[in-house]
Amino acid sequence: MTSMTDPPKQTLRLGMLIHDTRYRSLTIQIVVLAVFMLLAAWLISNTIQNLAALGKPISFDFLSSAAQYDINQTLIAYDNQDSHLRAAIVGLLNTLLVAVLGCALATLVGVLVGVLRLSKNWLIARIMAAYVEIFRNVPVLLWVVFAMAILIETLPMPRDFRGEDATASMLLGDSIAITNRGVYVPEPLFARSLGDFPVFGAFGISLDFLAILAVLVGGFATSAAIRRRAERIQNATGTRPTTWHLRLAVIVLSPVALLAALGFHLGYPELRGFNFQGGIHLRNSLLALWLALSFYTAAFIAEIVRAGILAIPKSQTEAATALGLRPHRTMRLVILPQALRVIIPPLISQYLNLTKNSSLAIAVGYMDITGTLGGITLNQTGRELECVLLLMLVYLIISLIISAVMNWYNSRVKLVER
Amino acid sequence: MPGPSFVRREILPERAPPVFASGPVLWLRENLFSTWFNTTLTLLSLGFVWYVFGHTLPWIVQSSWTANSLTECRQQIAASHGPGTSGACWAVIRERYLQLIFGFYPSRLYWRPILAFVLTLAALCPILFTGLPRRLLWLSATAPFFVPWLLWGGSLWGLVAVALGFFLGYVAFRLVTPLVGELGGAIAAGLLPVLWWLFGAGPAAGLMQSILPLGIETVTSRAFGGFMLSITIGIVAITCSLPIGILLALGRQSDLFIVKTICVGFIEFIRGVPLITLLFVASLLLNYFLPPGTDFDIILRVVIMVTLFASAYMAEVIRGGLAALPKGQYEAADALGLDYWKAQRLIIMPQVLKISIPGIVSTFIGVFKDTTLVSIIGLLDPLGFSNAIRADTAWNGIVWELYGFIAAVFFMFCFAMSRYSMYLERKLATEHR
Repeated sequence: MTSMTDPPKQTLRLGMLIHDTRYRSLTIQIVVLAVFMLLAAWLISNTIQNLAALGKPISFDFLSSAAQYDINQTLIAYDNQDSHLRAAIVGLLNTLLVAVLGCALATLVGVLVGVLRLSKNWLIARIMAAYVEIFRNVPVLLWVVFAMAILIETLPMPRDFRGEDATASMLLGDSIAITNRGVYVPEPLFARSLGDFPVFGAFGISLDFLAILAVLVGGFATSAAIRRRAERIQNATGTRPTTWHLRLAVIVLSPVALLAALGFHLGYPELRGFNFQGGIHLRNSLLALWLALSFYTAAFIAEIVRAGILAIPKSQTEAATALGLRPHRTMRLVILPQALRVIIPPLISQYLNLTKNSSLAIAVGYMDITGTLGGITLNQTGRELECVLLLMLVYLIISLIISAVMNWYNSRVKLVER
Repeated sequence: MPGPSFVRREILPERAPPVFASGPVLWLRENLFSTWFNTTLTLLSLGFVWYVFGHTLPWIVQSSWTANSLTECRQQIAASHGPGTSGACWAVIRERYLQLIFGFYPSRLYWRPILAFVLTLAALCPILFTGLPRRLLWLSATAPFFVPWLLWGGSLWGLVAVALGFFLGYVAFRLVTPLVGELGGAIAAGLLPVLWWLFGAGPAAGLMQSILPLGIETVTSRAFGGFMLSITIGIVAITCSLPIGILLALGRQSDLFIVKTICVGFIEFIRGVPLITLLFVASLLLNYFLPPGTDFDIILRVVIMVTLFASAYMAEVIRGGLAALPKGQYEAADALGLDYWKAQRLIIMPQVLKISIPGIVSTFIGVFKDTTLVSIIGLLDPLGFSNAIRADTAWNGIVWELYGFIAAVFFMFCFAMSRYSMYLERKLATEHR
C-alpha cells in the first residue's frame, strides 16, 4: 500500500551525483581513483622513458652476477666471487644481527632507567632524567658517528699491548682485548664438532649450536613439566614436593654434559704481528652502531616503561594488598600484567624504529643491507631503481612482520569492553 | 578514691620539631637515605656525578681557544696548565663555527640567512604564543614568501609572481562561489593558481625583471650547509607535514573505500621504510620519475621526501587523536547539522590537535633530528662538515669538542621544542580545573 507520506519516486539526475549524499561519495571516489591512476601512469611512463633514454631497462639480472667486493663481517660463508644476491643476504643477516643485539641491550638499559627514574631517591631519579633528555634530544646519527670516533680515537692501539712497558693490558685474565681496531673476545670452539647442516645448499648452520639450543629448550621444558607435576601433587595431597634441585639439574647439568661431549673450549685472542689473532673480532663499526642505537632507543624505552608503570592506579596495589597478596605476588600477578599491556605495543614500535635506524650503518661502514645492496652493489652496477626498490621491499617486509606480531599481541591482550 | 595529685592547668609552649623531622634534614632522610639500599644508590650516584664533573669541568675550562691545529692546542694546554693535563681544544670551534653554521654560503651575504632566521622566529611567535596581538599574523602569512627569497636570492618578481598565485586563488574562490556553489569555488581556487604557476608565473616574472630589474644575488643550493641547512629542511618539512598529515589521517578514517586504501597504503609504505632509503630516492631516483630533462634542486628534492616521511608519521599521531576523541563529539556535530568539513573544522580538529600535542611535537623533534641524515647523501649539514674537519690534517684526532658542540646545538633546539609542548599542554588543559 502506498501511503501519502512516501517520497515521490526519483529518477537519477546528473546533479544528484554531486548534491545527493547517497551518490556523492561514489563520485568522489571515482574522481580520486582516476586522478591517482593518471598520476601513477604519468610517473611510470616518465620512468620508462628516462631509463630507455639511458639505455638501462629495468632488469634484476645483476643479482646473479659476481659481486666482486669483500664484506668484512659475514655470518655465512661469502667471498667476492659470490653473487650480488648473496652479498645482499649477508647484509640482511648483519642488519638482523645488529637489530637483535640492539633490541636486547636497549630493553635492558631502558627498563633499568625507566624504573630508576621512578625511584624515590631524588638524586638517581634526576640522573636518569638527564640521561633520557640528553639521549632523546640529540640525533641518533650523531650518536653513531660520535661512538665510532670515540672508539677509534680514545682506545689503545694493538701495539700498546706489546712488550715490557705495555701501556694497555687485556681484561679478565688475558681473554678480552679492547683496542681501537675493535674488541677481541674468546670464541667457543668444539674439539669434537658435529659439523654444519646445509640449508638449501647455500649456507651452513652449525650443528653444535643447534644441539646446544635444543638441549636448553628441552631442559626448560622438562623443568616446567616437573613444576606442573609438583603442582598436581600439591593440589591432590596438600604437600608440595621439593623440586628445585631436580629442576636446576635438568637446566644446568644437561647442557654442561653436552658441552663436555662436544669438547668445548675457548679460543683466546693473541697478539701476533701487528694485530690480534684468534677469538671473535667485534669490529668498531658493529660496536659503535650497536651501542649508539641501544642507548638512544633505551631513552625512549625508559619513557615507555615509566608511563606504563604510572598508568596503573595505586588502588590496584592497595586492592592486591587487601586480598592478602605479598608484594612479590602483587607485582607478578596484578601490576605487571596490566603494565605490560600498556608497555608492549609502543615497545615493539621502538624495536621497529631501531631496526630501521640500523640502516645508519652506512655512516660508519658497517656492512648491513643498506651498505651492501644500497651501497656498493648500487654503485658498482648502476642499477639505482632496482636496488632501492629491493632495499625498500626488504625493510617493508621486516616492518610488516613486526607489525603483525604487534597486532597479534594487541588482539590477545585487548580488554573485553562493555 | 582520691583524684590525681597533680593536673597541669596551663598549655605547654609549642616546641620546634626535632631536627630529624623537619627541614632539609628530613628531606635528605626521606629522599636520599631512607633505606640502606637507597643510601647505597645515593652514594653510588654521588660518586658517578663526582667522577663525571670532576673530569669534564677541568677539561672544559683548561682549554685552548687560539691554536691553529690539534698539536698546537695540546702544546698550549701543556704549557699553561702543566704537562699531562687534558683540556678541550675549543680552537677548532672558533676556527670552523662559521662553516658549521652557514656552510659555504658567501660570507658577505651572511646577513641574509640571519635575517631570514629572525624573520622566521618573528613569524612563529604569533602562532606559538596566542597572547601576542593578532595583527602580527600578517607577518606569519608573508614570511614564507620572503624567507626562501632571502636564502636563495634571485629576482623579486619571482616572489611576487608566486604570491600572486595565492591571491588569484582567493579571488577565484570569491568570484566563483556565488555562481556555482562552494564546491565549484574550491575547484576554481585550486586550479587557477596551479595553472598560473605552471604557465603564467615564469614568463611574467621574466618580463617584469627585464622591464624593471629588482633582485638580490642568487646563491646556489650547493653553497648551503651547516645548521642553516638543517634548520631550513627541518622548518619546511615541519610546516608542510602538519596539514598533509591531517588530510592523510582524515583519509584513513574516512568511509570512502578508495580514499582510505590509498591513504593506508601511503602511510604504511612510508612508515615501513627507513628515511635513508627515501633520501636515496631523492638523490638518485626522483629525476627518473619526472619528465625527461627535468633537473631540479637537490635541497628541494630532499625537502619533498622528508616532508612526505614526516606527514606519514604525523598522520598516525593525528589518527590516534581522532580515535581517542569520544564518539559523542562526532554525533553532537552531526546533530547540530554541520557538514563534514564544518564539523572537522569547528568540533573535531580543535580537540584532536589539542590531545595530540605531545605526539605532534615529538614528531617535529624527530624530523628535525632526522635532517642530519642528509649528510649520508652528500649534503654538508653539521655532521657532513664534522667528517671534513676530522679529515683535515690540522684537526685529525679531534672528537669530543666537535661532536659535543654539534650535539649541544641540537639539544638546545629539541629541548626547547619539548618544553614548549609541555607549556602548550598546560595552557590548553581544560579538564579538572
